[in-house]
Amino acid sequence: MTVLLLAVAILVFSGLAALLATASPRAATTLGAGGAVVACAMGLIAAVPFLFGAPAESLHLAWSVPYGSFFVEVDALAAFFLLPIFVLSALAAVYGAQYLLTWRGRKSLGAAWLFYNLLVASMVLVVLAHNGVLFLLAWETMALSSYFLVTFEDEQDTVRHAGWTYLVASHLGTAFLLVLFVLLGRGGSLDFDHFSSANAGALFLLALVGFGTKAGFMPLHVWLPEAHPAAPSHVSALMSGVMIKMGIYGLLRTLTFLGPPPPWWGRLLIAIGLTSGVFGVLLALAQHDLKRLLAYHSVENIGIIALGLGVGLLGVSGGSSALIVLGFGGALLHVLNHALFKGLLFLGAGSVLHGAGTREIDHLGGLAKRMPWTATTFLVGAVAISGLPPLNGFVSEFLIYLGAVNGVTQHAPGAVPLLATIAGLALIGGLATACFTKAFGVVFLGQPRSEHAAHAHEAGAAMRWPMALLAAGCVLIGFCAPLALRPLAGMLHLVSGLAPPVISEQLAGAAGPLRFLVAGSVVFLALVAALAWLRHRLLAGRTVAQSVTWDCGYAQPSARMQYTASSFAQPLMTLFAPLLRTRRTLAAPEGYFPRAASLTTATPDAARVALYEPAFSGVAWVLARLRWLQHGRIQLYVLYIALTLLVLLVWKLG
Amino acid sequence: MRAISLIQLFSALVFSPLMLGVINRTKAWFAGRRGQPLLQAYFDLYKLLAKGAVYSRTTTWVFRAGPVIGLAAVLVAMPLVPLGGAPAPLAFAGDFILLVYLLGLMRFFTVAAALDTGSSFEAMGASREVTFSALAEPALLLGLAVVARQTGSLSLSGMYAGMAMETWRQAGPVSALVAAAFMVVLLAENARVPVDDPNTHLELTMIHEVMVLDHGGPDLAFILYAAALKLWVFSALLVGLVLPLRTGHAWLDVASALGGIFAVAVAVGVVESSMARLRLLRVPQLLVGAGALVALALILTLR
Repeated sequence: MTVLLLAVAILVFSGLAALLATASPRAATTLGAGGAVVACAMGLIAAVPFLFGAPAESLHLAWSVPYGSFFVEVDALAAFFLLPIFVLSALAAVYGAQYLLTWRGRKSLGAAWLFYNLLVASMVLVVLAHNGVLFLLAWETMALSSYFLVTFEDEQDTVRHAGWTYLVASHLGTAFLLVLFVLLGRGGSLDFDHFSSANAGALFLLALVGFGTKAGFMPLHVWLPEAHPAAPSHVSALMSGVMIKMGIYGLLRTLTFLGPPPPWWGRLLIAIGLTSGVFGVLLALAQHDLKRLLAYHSVENIGIIALGLGVGLLGVSGGSSALIVLGFGGALLHVLNHALFKGLLFLGAGSVLHGAGTREIDHLGGLAKRMPWTATTFLVGAVAISGLPPLNGFVSEFLIYLGAVNGVTQHAPGAVPLLATIAGLALIGGLATACFTKAFGVVFLGQPRSEHAAHAHEAGAAMRWPMALLAAGCVLIGFCAPLALRPLAGMLHLVSGLAPPVISEQLAGAAGPLRFLVAGSVVFLALVAALAWLRHRLLAGRTVAQSVTWDCGYAQPSARMQYTASSFAQPLMTLFAPLLRTRRTLAAPEGYFPRAASLTTATPDAARVALYEPAFSGVAWVLARLRWLQHGRIQLYVLYIALTLLVLLVWKLG
Repeated sequence: MRAISLIQLFSALVFSPLMLGVINRTKAWFAGRRGQPLLQAYFDLYKLLAKGAVYSRTTTWVFRAGPVIGLAAVLVAMPLVPLGGAPAPLAFAGDFILLVYLLGLMRFFTVAAALDTGSSFEAMGASREVTFSALAEPALLLGLAVVARQTGSLSLSGMYAGMAMETWRQAGPVSALVAAAFMVVLLAENARVPVDDPNTHLELTMIHEVMVLDHGGPDLAFILYAAALKLWVFSALLVGLVLPLRTGHAWLDVASALGGIFAVAVAVGVVESSMARLRLLRVPQLLVGAGALVALALILTLR
């Protein structure tokens, strides 16, 4: 515990030191990134034992804030979420140290590092906090520090707009959490161990909206595809990889207060998971901006996590320990896995932006030749996020599948949501493969579609190594899948209240198939090696010629004739057109010798267009009616104050 | 691991290219031609393995890795597939999920290799492949989940061992619906009429053949062999459902299932001879139709 708090202190002070040293970008970077790496390494070492059965440790200090107390505790659930925070923050800091130097002299790097370190520190504190006031304080620090990171390039109009959307969404979510904690703390104390769980259904809904806004459940996700692409790439990696998982953490922590869940909670989470998953991946397919595409994939992956949580909750309400362990276990493992591969992909997108100067997918192409490191690690991330074996994404999705199929064959109640989970995961998987073959294929393969892409350069070593390490993590979890189950035990006990022996038994049961998966993966690698060797032997001594791609006899092929991301996704876009409402503007070629023609497609977020814009303009309209209250005369304002005091006085006396 | 399980695996590895011969012979018979030799696919494989290769200057290592990874993925999937009620060499809870996702891995790299050529022709095929597979995959997995629910088993071997002629008597409509959906998925995933036409190399309407247009030599041999194995996998899944003969003699059951697999090849040939290919816009409707059949089967099992 002491070490963890020390890590938080190092983060805060190194951030402040970086701000003071902002006159020298090098010094600020060294202080900020160095502090983050040191603190994360310390925190990681301190947190890991709690995953393997070390008893929870807590610290309770009095605090003068009303209802507040400095109550922090680290248990298995907290330690599990600390793991991705520390790993990804440290790697993203190393990456950012080089990435941010582009802005040297134009921006205050000291401030950027202060907010980065504050963001990491506040996430750690969110996970540790066991008092409502402390939690909300950390939650707000997290929202504000990330707001300042999102608006790093605040000279751009779109970035300011994205930051504003994020700020509003974040605070609307917090408003729900405020109500949630007030209701939970009706017993008079806001310490987590004194919470009352009356009206659990209403509390669950409040938590779902409040934490779901941060996590990006559809349709509360609108800020996510705006804010994540706007931030510098290492911050996008951190936000997408870890920060949105704080919403999942909050939801899980709340579930531990609420007592036994009725079946509709699980059904509702599965419905949310299906909506987020399917719409998330469809909207991702429609994007032309690499980072925006990745941001929508975060919505999809949060959907998969919600599906797992829903399966687990159905297990709790139906009393099926297999469903609990496989559903919650798969969801939690996916939290960790998504942190690894989404972090990796955002860092890769950052390298593309850094090396080629654009994140417009249709302007890229052929980067694999100029950026081999980035291309290879991005490919690993793409396979992992598509949930394909032998990498980590498949392991967590497999557990969720297995939970759902288990429930279906046991004829457990709630077969319909479980079957919907299976169909949904299959559809999401197929569409994710479509989306990532598009993203990888169009950006890294083929020929460069623009001058930018033709002259791209590989990222520096400090940016390559974090990507390589994250890719190694994806491979490692894929190949050590049965071992990855062990740290889940303590947390599953906290979340589901299931007895530890039952959990160990179920986990041992789940480890069986996973051992087969690993064996299959090893055989797969051996076969790949054997076939590659065979091919090499067969071709040795024969003519292996180089030529142009076969072009159907066309005389003047050019790079611009290649399929683009938009053309690749077009059949799926047409198929799901009623859901997506893509806008097409076509200037068709005319005449026998057409001069210029153009086609523009844009897919605006349906939730934003249909739900939020009307709602917010409605609010603005209503508030505009009250404008007569405000006309700038001091005397009247003083009168308002006096009247308010009078009313309060009367109310108090009467 | 019993001998009969290994025999299944070996017959799949050895006889899968023969299915292509049977399909072609059936089509030739319908057209009143003599047709290719039955063993043509083997000759093709031999010829291709003995050739050199030509690579486009646009391509990277991804293009060369595509066929290798695709074949390795489907080879790993082969020991999971049971035949004739006898268990497969490998069986574990949830193995059918691994099977489907290994085929997904194969698709990922075939598509990536196609995009690596920078040819809009191949990218077009790739785009269609991912579109149709995304629709076929839910039908396949849900169909397998129905079988799992009917037999109460989580592994392919257990599921198919639990099938018997009795199943048809008790829940005939369910099996029939799932079998029909599997047939559609088989045709779609293996690039057959009415979804794709394996005979057309240079038409704007095809899918699989165009993706592998730039591959040659041993690479193309790997691709052809992987495609034959994939056809075998889907046929075995279909035969186990349609023809669950249980005579009491394990060898006889496996032999009948092998016969069933070649009957599927004949059926594919009949479909190819008697139907035109659907317009591409209609293909999603066919696949969603397969999904609807499975959903109907589900409703029947949920009663």
